[in-house]
Amino acid sequence: MKVWKYGDDINTDMLFPGKYTYTCSTPEEIKPHLLEDLDPEFAEQVAPGDLLIVGKNFGCGSSREQPVVGLKAAGVEAIVARSFARIFYRAAINQGLVLVECPAAVDAYEPGAEVLLDPRAGEIRVGGETFQFPKLPAEILAIRDAGGLLPYTRAKLAEQR
Amino acid sequence: MGMTFAEQVLARRSGQGTVVPGQIVIVRPDHLLTHDNTAAIIGKIGADLDTHGVVDPRLPVIVLDHVTPAANEKTATGHQQVRAFVARFGLENFYDVGSGICHQIVVERGHAQPGRILVGSDSHTCSYGAVGAFATGIDRTEAAALLLRGETWLRVPESIRVTLRGELPAGVSAKDLVLRIIGDIGADGASYAAVEFHGDVAALSIEDRFTIANMGVEMGAKIAVFPVDAVTREYLAGIGVEEGDYEAVWADADARYARELAYDLAALEPVVACPHKVDNVKPVSELAGIEFDQLLLGTCTNGRLSDLKAAAVLLDGRDVAPGVRLLVLPASRDVLNAALERGVIEILTRAGAVLLPPGCGPCLGAHQGVLAPGEKCLSTANRNFKGRMGCKEAEIYLASPETVAATALSGRLTDPRTVVLQEDAQ
Repeated sequence: MKVWKYGDDINTDMLFPGKYTYTCSTPEEIKPHLLEDLDPEFAEQVAPGDLLIVGKNFGCGSSREQPVVGLKAAGVEAIVARSFARIFYRAAINQGLVLVECPAAVDAYEPGAEVLLDPRAGEIRVGGETFQFPKLPAEILAIRDAGGLLPYTRAKLAEQR
Repeated sequence: MGMTFAEQVLARRSGQGTVVPGQIVIVRPDHLLTHDNTAAIIGKIGADLDTHGVVDPRLPVIVLDHVTPAANEKTATGHQQVRAFVARFGLENFYDVGSGICHQIVVERGHAQPGRILVGSDSHTCSYGAVGAFATGIDRTEAAALLLRGETWLRVPESIRVTLRGELPAGVSAKDLVLRIIGDIGADGASYAAVEFHGDVAALSIEDRFTIANMGVEMGAKIAVFPVDAVTREYLAGIGVEEGDYEAVWADADARYARELAYDLAALEPVVACPHKVDNVKPVSELAGIEFDQLLLGTCTNGRLSDLKAAAVLLDGRDVAPGVRLLVLPASRDVLNAALERGVIEILTRAGAVLLPPGCGPCLGAHQGVLAPGEKCLSTANRNFKGRMGCKEAEIYLASPETVAATALSGRLTDPRTVVLQEDAQ
């Protein structure tokens, strides 16, 4: 498991350039361009189970969901941030990607430190220190637990019929 | 305890007497905006649409604007799929290539009305707060789910009250005000919050309010909203939306705010947002002289008649400096036609401007004015992120239409207040 560390205000153009938004929509099309203008090594080296630890306002800018779709498809376990931009936050819920808002954990992280995450318990362990973070409200957790908004919606539609 | 604008709307629409920040409510939005990305959205739910169809043919507002006319076979095929989808389900609100930028269309065609809830798979959906609507951006997956079920959740936001006093001086515009606010509070200064504008808003036109609300997302806001007043009612009546058609909603006097800000409009000056963050805001006077290769006048932020007119006043009878490309991008066909009728377009093109079709143009870096490495662009758009206009080695600065026009005369960043108008010189 590798931790990728980035700073504040990482916007969606850095995560997935706008010039690809109408030509790349599937996870396979998205993955080679993930974080292209931020960290050219990321797309080649990211592996299932990796974590991102980032600063404030992560994912600000466009409503494009390709960064979330791509990070989920690449197997990223979670993103730990000081804070997230709101459309990105919704997009992550809708794709079933785990986001952790925990400034203290971000501050505590030093390169090489071991990070253990327990989203159920709302706990993250960074280099031997444990931090709590707020859990999602039950209504929202139901969407993430269904595997994302489309599986959730399909279940709801099936109930209605 | 009184309620804010956001609390009022979300309480009414979720069928509750009162709501508080942090609460999750379920609502059925009045409209769902999607654009070229409709093709990708319906691609996610092909089989579901076969079974369930679209929940309500009046719900979607679909505007082809992002890469229009199509730049290549892939984007052309996307547009073709959207047209077929619209026809198949008899969708009522479809605007094809050349109609204009989606946000301009939603307001101009009366889909955004006071008190309505609109969501859109585009971050600048927050623009509709200009006419007192609750409007916010969502992603493609949520748009897909809304097409099927028409229902979504919203977290009741904390609210920020911004009180405006006085009037903007000549040469200083609504763009300078909103950039100043973003520069002061930062790109996440209003994160998750509803930003309400209070005070002397009567001096701001609907177009000014549109520019300000449009950039709400650049301060992290969920919505940015203005009260419904005589200016709003007159604008809406002009597009065929009468007072009896809507119910205006506004904050109670004793509503509770997470933060309060105040601005003296008379004290503002022209500013630019420097690369590569919208909150990297500096006065034009400190940076005068920076040389630009391309200038962009238009977009959903500043592509309306008053913006084009403001630029035309400065460029009338003059020439764009050699070696500088001035691109003009009207926000809609109606804006373009109005500007043509008034001679505004002729002034701009005679000065040397390149007229682009109504749409998003080069703003998102897909076509029609992509930048080369090392180039600098001064733009009236809303984002200056690295790579935004198609090249990560280019630099984008954001400013008002007045500052862009003043700069076009020499190619060097110019404070519009220093340009002597032709009529004054005579």
